[in-house]
Order: sequence, then structure tokens, then C-alpha cells
Amino acid sequence: MSDILNILITEETLNMLMKIGIIFLKIAVVLGITLLHVAYATYWERKVIGHMQVRLGPIEVGWHGFLQPIADGVKLFFKEDIIPANADKPLFYLAPVIFMVSALTSLSVLPFFDGFVIADINIGLLFLFAMSSLGAYGIILSGWASNSKYSFLGGLRSASQVISYEIAMGLSLVGVMMMAGSLNLSDIVRAQHQYPTGMFAIPQFLGFFVFIVAAFAETNRLPFDLPEAESELVAGYFTEYSGFRFALFFLGEYTAMLIMSSIAALCFLGGWTIPKFITDAMPLLMNVPGIVWFLIKVYAFMFFYYWVRATLPRYRYDQLMAIGWKILIPLALFNIVLTGTLRTMGVL
Amino acid sequence: MLPELFFGYFAAVIILLSVIVITRRNPVHSVMWMLLLFFHIAGLYLFLNAEFIAAIQVIVYAGAILVLFLFVLLLLNLREELKVKRFVGAWPAGLFITTAILVIVLGAVKSFVPGPAGKYSIEFIKQETHTKALGKLLYTDYLFPFEIASLVLLVAIIGAIVLAKRKTRSK
Repeated sequence: MSDILNILITEETLNMLMKIGIIFLKIAVVLGITLLHVAYATYWERKVIGHMQVRLGPIEVGWHGFLQPIADGVKLFFKEDIIPANADKPLFYLAPVIFMVSALTSLSVLPFFDGFVIADINIGLLFLFAMSSLGAYGIILSGWASNSKYSFLGGLRSASQVISYEIAMGLSLVGVMMMAGSLNLSDIVRAQHQYPTGMFAIPQFLGFFVFIVAAFAETNRLPFDLPEAESELVAGYFTEYSGFRFALFFLGEYTAMLIMSSIAALCFLGGWTIPKFITDAMPLLMNVPGIVWFLIKVYAFMFFYYWVRATLPRYRYDQLMAIGWKILIPLALFNIVLTGTLRTMGVL
Repeated sequence: MLPELFFGYFAAVIILLSVIVITRRNPVHSVMWMLLLFFHIAGLYLFLNAEFIAAIQVIVYAGAILVLFLFVLLLLNLREELKVKRFVGAWPAGLFITTAILVIVLGAVKSFVPGPAGKYSIEFIKQETHTKALGKLLYTDYLFPFEIASLVLLVAIIGAIVLAKRKTRSK
């Protein structure tokens, strides 16, 4: 018996187990922090929109309503789970899980600060696209499996919306890939730090604009939240969901927003670094840890999400399609040609 | 041992999933099994160190084409479609053809010789990254076939637009 154990427990296997343990620890830390962020993103959104509309927002639970997300979570957890009689049960169960899992899996390739990333893969950016397109299945299936016309219309709308805007988003990031010469997110951030302006948002302003609009459409947020337009479709694709399954859709949407904000921060705003001319002017800022800069950028983008939601009305569906196909995609293609030309001329 | 195990898993599951896909009664369930199948194919590409192809497999096939499949299925009236009789009734002919193909493939496997190892070894690709190596090859040595493929796709796109346009004109 001890012989077999000796063969199994060599130096190598111990090292491997150690590595796996560290990865699990990282996953636990990232998931925990993200879910906490997601919970408080809802609170923050209600506060921001409340004050923008001259209301107070949540105020009753805890100091200034600070415990509201926890109370909401507990409430959703204990609510009755209702399943429509003619629903396709396996797919009805599966849809919110696909939606949530695809959002959480994307977290694995995001570098939060220098060296801290769960999976440092060469195709990080493509992996993010793949996962965001997988999330569309959650929406389409929930719409179909609920056997309700509101859900179904929401699902169909979302299917065509996500396909259309995924093209624009992919093309908008091609400029960044050309500037950095890599698909690895850590390398993209390092390439930005080497670049004179310190952020790709300045030379890639066209790409950044297309990315922002496409990111709003991809996450089904206002002004493009037609899949869940409450004035026409009750709640769109998750009309029939209740209790914790509804909460999974809710969490998935906010996680997707956090991920889009992180992609914006990493690909266009310099990730965990700040431009060199700022650190040259104020060397004290060098001591601030990278995660602080990263979080500031992510929060700023999240705030922008809320700001737009409180400001802009919803577009019509044909307008949404026209913006995607007739404005954003040509603009993104033009940006690629422009970036390529300027790169070969040596200007950028 | 580990590589064989991985390949065995992927090969077995891919065959199993393909059978499941074509035997489902409900076409939407069929599409979902196909999604799982595509992920396994992507896994097989990753296993071969072709990370770019794996990502494109998921983005293009699982993310776009399969969503379009689903879209078309959702627009069909499934209850009426299901009443249509089987398209092909002659299963002995099908069985004969597939067995013949199987015999040919098994015969061909015997005379299989692995090609000479070029400069694109695993170490080279790891150092160069797969995306870069593939892009360089596609835009230099294989530019002509690449352009022909894109021309074929362009023809298909134009054809689809012409078909769709004609319908609205006839109204």
C-alpha cells in the first residue's frame, strides 16, 4: 500500500496539486469579489438613477439602504419557484444556468492587475467573444422554453440583436488587436503602457465609440433593451421566471456589464496602468497598486451605463438594426482600414 | 497515455453526440446537443494546439451559425412540419452506401503515412503564438486559396440578398 502511495505522491504530483489548489483559490477569490460587486452594482444603480431623477433611491434597509441588495437576495432566494405548465422543462432549467455560467466564465481571462489572471491564454479576447455569444443561448432558450409569447418575442429580438452587434463589437476591437499585435489581454495592456498616449482610447477613438454602443446592445441595456422592453413585452425573455431562476438572469446581466466595463478598461483605457506622462509629472502615483486604477476605470464605465440608462429613451427595433448594420459596422470597418494604413505609414 | 486518453474521450463523445443530434424528436433539443458537439470539436482543436481555430469554432459555429439555426427553427411551425413523412424510405440502400464508405476508409487507413514534419512544430507555434503563425501563412503562402474562399462566400452573400430582394419586389 505504501509503495503505491510513494509512487503516486512524487514531487511532480505535489507541485501539480499545489498549482491546481492556487487556481481554485484564485477562482474562489474572483467569484466572491465579483458577486459582491454585482450585488452592490444593483444598489449603486438604484442610487445613481434615483438621484438623477431627484429621488433618494433605496433608503430603508440599513444606513442609506446599504443592506438593500442583501435583503433583495434573501427575498429572491425564498420566493416560490413557478414553472409554466407547458414549458419545456429541461431547457427552462438550463437557460438561466447557461446565461450565468457564460458570464462568469469570461472572468477567467481578465487580468485584474499585473500578473493576476486565472488563465493567461493567448486568445483571451477571442475567448471573451466566444463566451458572450454563448450567453445569447440562455436568452433565446429562456424565451422559447417558457412557452409564452412575451418571452418568445423577447428571445427572438435578442437573438438578432446579439448576432448583429457581435459583429460590430468584434470589428471594433480589431483596431486594438492591430495596435497591440496580440490577443492576450495582459499583452494588450502592456502595449498600451508602452504607447505614448498610454491608452488606446485616443488613437482608437472610432473603435472605442463603436465598442461602447455595441457593449450596451450586447448586454441588453438601455437604450437598446428591446429584448426586455417592459412597456411592450412585460419583461421580455424572463417574464415566466421567478425566484432564484430570475435572480440568475439578473446576476448574469450585471456580471455581463462588469465584464464589458472590464474589456473597455483593459482594451481602451490602459487596464491597471496609467499613462506614463502622468506618472512622470506625479511620481507619487507610481506607488498606487494597479488594481485601484483598474477598478476606477471599471466603475467609471459602470457609472456611464447608469447615466445613459437615466438619460436616453429606448430606440425602436428597426432603428436598432439600422444603427448596427448601417452605421456601426461600416464605421468599424473604416477604422480597421484607417488603422492599418496609418500603421504601415508608421504614424500610429 | 494522457494524450490518448484525451483524444479517446473527445472522439467517443463527438460520435455519441452526433448520434444524439440526429435522433432527437425535438429540433430545438437537437440544436442544443449540437452546441455541446461544437464545444467538443473546439476542445479537439485545443488539444491539437490550434487555439485560434478552437476560438473561431466556438465564435462562428456555436455563436453565430447555430443561433441562426435556432432562429429558423423557432420561426417554423413545428407541429405541422412534424407531420411530413420521412424524406428517404430506402434504408437498405443507405446502409449499403455507408458500409461501403466504411470499408473504403478502413482500407485507406492502412496506407496512411504521416507527412514530413515542417518548420511548424509545436515549440515553434508556442513561441510564435498560433494566431500569428496562421495569419502569416494565410496571407503569404496560401493567399490565393484564401481569396478564392472569400470570393465564394461573397457570391453566396450576394445571392442571398438577390433572393430576398426579389420577394419584396413581387408584392
